[in-house]
Amino acid sequence: MSFYITYVLVSIGLFAFSALFALFAVYGERKVSAFIQDRLGPTETGKFGLLQTLADILKLLQKEMIIPTAADKILFMMAPAIIFIAVYMGFAALPWAPGLIPSKINLGLYYIFAIISIETLGILMAGWGSNNKYSILGAMRSAAQIISYEIPAGFALISVVMIAQTLNLQDIAIQQGTLSAEKIKFLGFWDITKIGGILSWNIFRAPHLIIAFVIYFIASLAESNRAPFDIPEAESELVSGFHTEFTGLRFGLVFLAEYSMMFLVSMVGVILFLGAWNTPLPNIGAIHLADWTTSKVWGIFWIATKTLTLVGIQMWIRWTIPRLRVDQLMNLCWKVLTPLAFVCMLVSGIWRIWLM
Amino acid sequence: MINKAINGFKTTWKGLSLTIRHLFASNAKRQVISVTDDNYFKRLEGTNTIQYPHQKLPVPEVGRYQLDVEIDDCIVCDLCAKICPVDCITIDSIKATELIGNTSDGSPKRIYAAKFDIDMAKCMYCGLCTIVCPTECIVMTNQYDRTVFELKDLNYEFSDMTPEVAAEKRQLLENQLAERQAAKLAAMNKKEGGA
Repeated sequence: MSFYITYVLVSIGLFAFSALFALFAVYGERKVSAFIQDRLGPTETGKFGLLQTLADILKLLQKEMIIPTAADKILFMMAPAIIFIAVYMGFAALPWAPGLIPSKINLGLYYIFAIISIETLGILMAGWGSNNKYSILGAMRSAAQIISYEIPAGFALISVVMIAQTLNLQDIAIQQGTLSAEKIKFLGFWDITKIGGILSWNIFRAPHLIIAFVIYFIASLAESNRAPFDIPEAESELVSGFHTEFTGLRFGLVFLAEYSMMFLVSMVGVILFLGAWNTPLPNIGAIHLADWTTSKVWGIFWIATKTLTLVGIQMWIRWTIPRLRVDQLMNLCWKVLTPLAFVCMLVSGIWRIWLM
Repeated sequence: MINKAINGFKTTWKGLSLTIRHLFASNAKRQVISVTDDNYFKRLEGTNTIQYPHQKLPVPEVGRYQLDVEIDDCIVCDLCAKICPVDCITIDSIKATELIGNTSDGSPKRIYAAKFDIDMAKCMYCGLCTIVCPTECIVMTNQYDRTVFELKDLNYEFSDMTPEVAAEKRQLLENQLAERQAAKLAAMNKKEGGA
């Protein structure tokens, strides 16, 4: 019986985390964008405007939830829930620290990739259900974009899986540090199983994974509908795309899903390429920095730091690069990223056979 | 193809390095200097935001903002109402039966202003009324921040006469006019009778 309570507690904890993260990520995003544009951002609500997003969410909660007369009511009402739940369920399989994972399933990566794809369904439902030409255009663009970019992202991930030989995210994480049971070789020649640190991360175990990481990162921007791949919500043409008609809490859920998605894809990137919860500090001789900084608390600290850095880079990119046109988007995906990802996968195979 | 990709990365990096410089640039409060200052357009560092209620840009001396009327100096010549391109000034005048007094610059006042309304909602801030005013009683102040909840609150009433006083003065004027009319008639009758 007690494990049911644990399940519920874990899921509530994850929900609370994603909601809190979304609140402060919105605040962070507004501040980052403001500083980049030589403005100040929120300053009035609370110290440095820290309570601004809290006030925003309180406002959203109180707002009327409007359903357009011509909307398909069932699709329209279910869409935000599906969008958010799809992202939220992805959190279930992410390892936070050694021995700390909500659900230790051996198909973790496959599961995450599958469940994130359901978000597209929610977006299509939102666009179709709104019965609004801007919404449906945004939803179609989003679907086309997410499905296209899943291919390079998928092959970039496969090239990691070929190196790691497992789909279990916790096992992939363990392989990239001093806790590893098998031999780790830096660049394929220097045995550093006992040294660990930054040198044992996947991108340094097999350097072609740096390219795979860049491919994955670009594709993950597209999958979370962030600039420069934000044509689904292109404010200048489509009002705000598939969530034009949503108000109040439903709009809040769509927003929450976007920011949770940012965290989720960054965390998957960190787990697969950047050493997951492993410390970047190596053991040097008698100074066992890596062993000292590997524990449950340190694990959460490292993975949170790395993930938040990636989220920060996503924001930095959003406020720098202009939006890509549809044809440029598809060019980049099919003519550059997909072939490169194939090459990465090929190199991974060769690397696995000859150098590991 | 490869050149294009390399170029893409190069330009992206250039943009990213530009934005990161701004991200970590000084976000000190903006120093408020007047637009007439020589450095005004040369200041490219730091934040650009003026935190308005706390910080205000100094307004230029010749700035044209809200109108104000010193009704004691007004001789009710109606020039401002006549020149106003948008007819936002409404003056209701009553001739006085005798000299009322003098304005602060010594001009004699002979007319009462029963009504002197300026509708700031219509005003286009051209400042023509301040130029034609012979006694310089209508001026533009440096007050520009004015918000009201009702449109009629933008109609500024400057006359200090109560309706009762105005009615009394009107009655006096009518009496005087009637007297003059009577005197004129008497004079004309006398003239005709003499001829």
